[in-house]
Amino acid sequence: MALTKRQRARVFRGVQYGIGLLIVVIFALTANWANLKNAFFNVDVALSMFPRIITVGLYNTVIYTALGFSVGLVLGLVLALMRLSTVRVYRGLAIAYIEFFRGLPALLVLIAVGYGVPLAFPGTIFDKYTALAIGLGIVASAYMAETFRAGIQAVPAGQVEAARSLGLSSGRTTSFVVIPQAFKIILPPLTNELIALTKDSSLALFLGSTIAEQELTQMGRIALNTSKSLTPVVVAGFCYLIITLPLGYLSRYLERRTGGAKISTTPESISVGGPA
Amino acid sequence: MTASNEPEVVVEVSGLTKSFGPLEVLRGIDLRVNRGEVVCIIGPSGSGKSTLLRCVNLLEAPNGGRVAVNGVELTDPDVDIDAARRRIGMVFQSFNLFSHLNVLNNLMFAQRKVLGRDKAQAQEVAMANLTRVGLAEKANAMPNQLSGGQQQRVAIARALSMDPDVMLFDEPTSALDPELVGDVLNVMRTLAEDGMTMLVVTHEMLFAREVASRVLFMDAGVVVEEGPAEQVIGDPQQERTRTFLARVLDPIHQHGNPQ
Repeated sequence: MALTKRQRARVFRGVQYGIGLLIVVIFALTANWANLKNAFFNVDVALSMFPRIITVGLYNTVIYTALGFSVGLVLGLVLALMRLSTVRVYRGLAIAYIEFFRGLPALLVLIAVGYGVPLAFPGTIFDKYTALAIGLGIVASAYMAETFRAGIQAVPAGQVEAARSLGLSSGRTTSFVVIPQAFKIILPPLTNELIALTKDSSLALFLGSTIAEQELTQMGRIALNTSKSLTPVVVAGFCYLIITLPLGYLSRYLERRTGGAKISTTPESISVGGPA
Repeated sequence: MTASNEPEVVVEVSGLTKSFGPLEVLRGIDLRVNRGEVVCIIGPSGSGKSTLLRCVNLLEAPNGGRVAVNGVELTDPDVDIDAARRRIGMVFQSFNLFSHLNVLNNLMFAQRKVLGRDKAQAQEVAMANLTRVGLAEKANAMPNQLSGGQQQRVAIARALSMDPDVMLFDEPTSALDPELVGDVLNVMRTLAEDGMTMLVVTHEMLFAREVASRVLFMDAGVVVEEGPAEQVIGDPQQERTRTFLARVLDPIHQHGNPQ
């Protein structure tokens, strides 16, 4: 007796569920739960991390991310405009910058900035906040430039023609017509980049810091060493989710509201991958 | 309002050529529009009529020839093109209202940024022009809340708010549902009756026939025939004009077969 297409699909779906369940059961039965519980969910260790993990760690993570994102936003916009410029030199410079910094690990850039700038300009006041603002900003800007470019190109040409035919200069058209509309289009991918940058701010731990400058990952790592427990990893991870989950929700909300379809009209898809 | 020393010729185009790559779209166009005239340009798609219109405010840069509006030569490389465009209103097939601004701000935006009018003055002009196109009650609507016909009337009001010397219309009703065409044409007709100088690319033969002071028939990048509307549309002299009009006026029964 041959099954109908619908029946076959249901049987197949049942098999998929079965396999999934089997894998979960095998892991659940073979894992040493007592070990895991002691290592990852030690309540005393977790409590000992509060409130500093919030007041210092979470605080600094947010600050570093905000600084890097702000610099990235401004630099990225400038790069995108250069990338779309009719001046060949600007275009070339922007492409070179974007390709170069997009192709490097964020960590290397951060180290180069963090240790290189004080060497190049001795005597300048170059604290960790500035180093991260510039380092993360450079990396983020390379990605955001491409996002901005896609957004700007997604603004219909007729909008520019209308503005120009009313006598607006090219610069004013870009500032008051193109960028506001492009911004609306790229808000969802931009939110994704903010999430990626939040996680990249953890690279700050490689720059060395005072106690007051520690962010989530570094605090987690230090607590890891002193407590001989893996619980700090869970606590730090939980703190990241406090930041990133609302941002993810915001991104989906914005996508619904702006009707993500607009973006797909661009010839090249928007880069949603954040700095890595 | 026009000063007596302003030239009678508002738009003067001579020897205009334009190519897109190897494709010659305009092959030597001469055109004059006098103050208060309504000139309609008709012709098959691909004939270059929209390109001609877009060359008049230099949205397309011509390859050769001369374009002057109000005595200002736009094809001069050192011309202040933004200043020249202030006095040339343009209405597009696809409306092109600023989608991030409401209707009132669409009308006030360029007045404030370009003409430097203060807010109260810009708003007064904007409301007067919205009233003129019959959409004063839509001042606070966003463009996407309006029908195509309403959007186009707002676009006309936006152009009028700059007090232009000439209005260019690029197939203003081609993107509209048939039942919305009339509202837009009525606004344009009133504008013409008020003495606005207009250059209109259109497929609306009835409108051209009734409103135009002159009609140009273009084909393959040249002006094939030019004259009063009754003559060009009613009694075309050229074979190409006759063929085109037969197709447009009677699309199903080609060449006017009896019913």
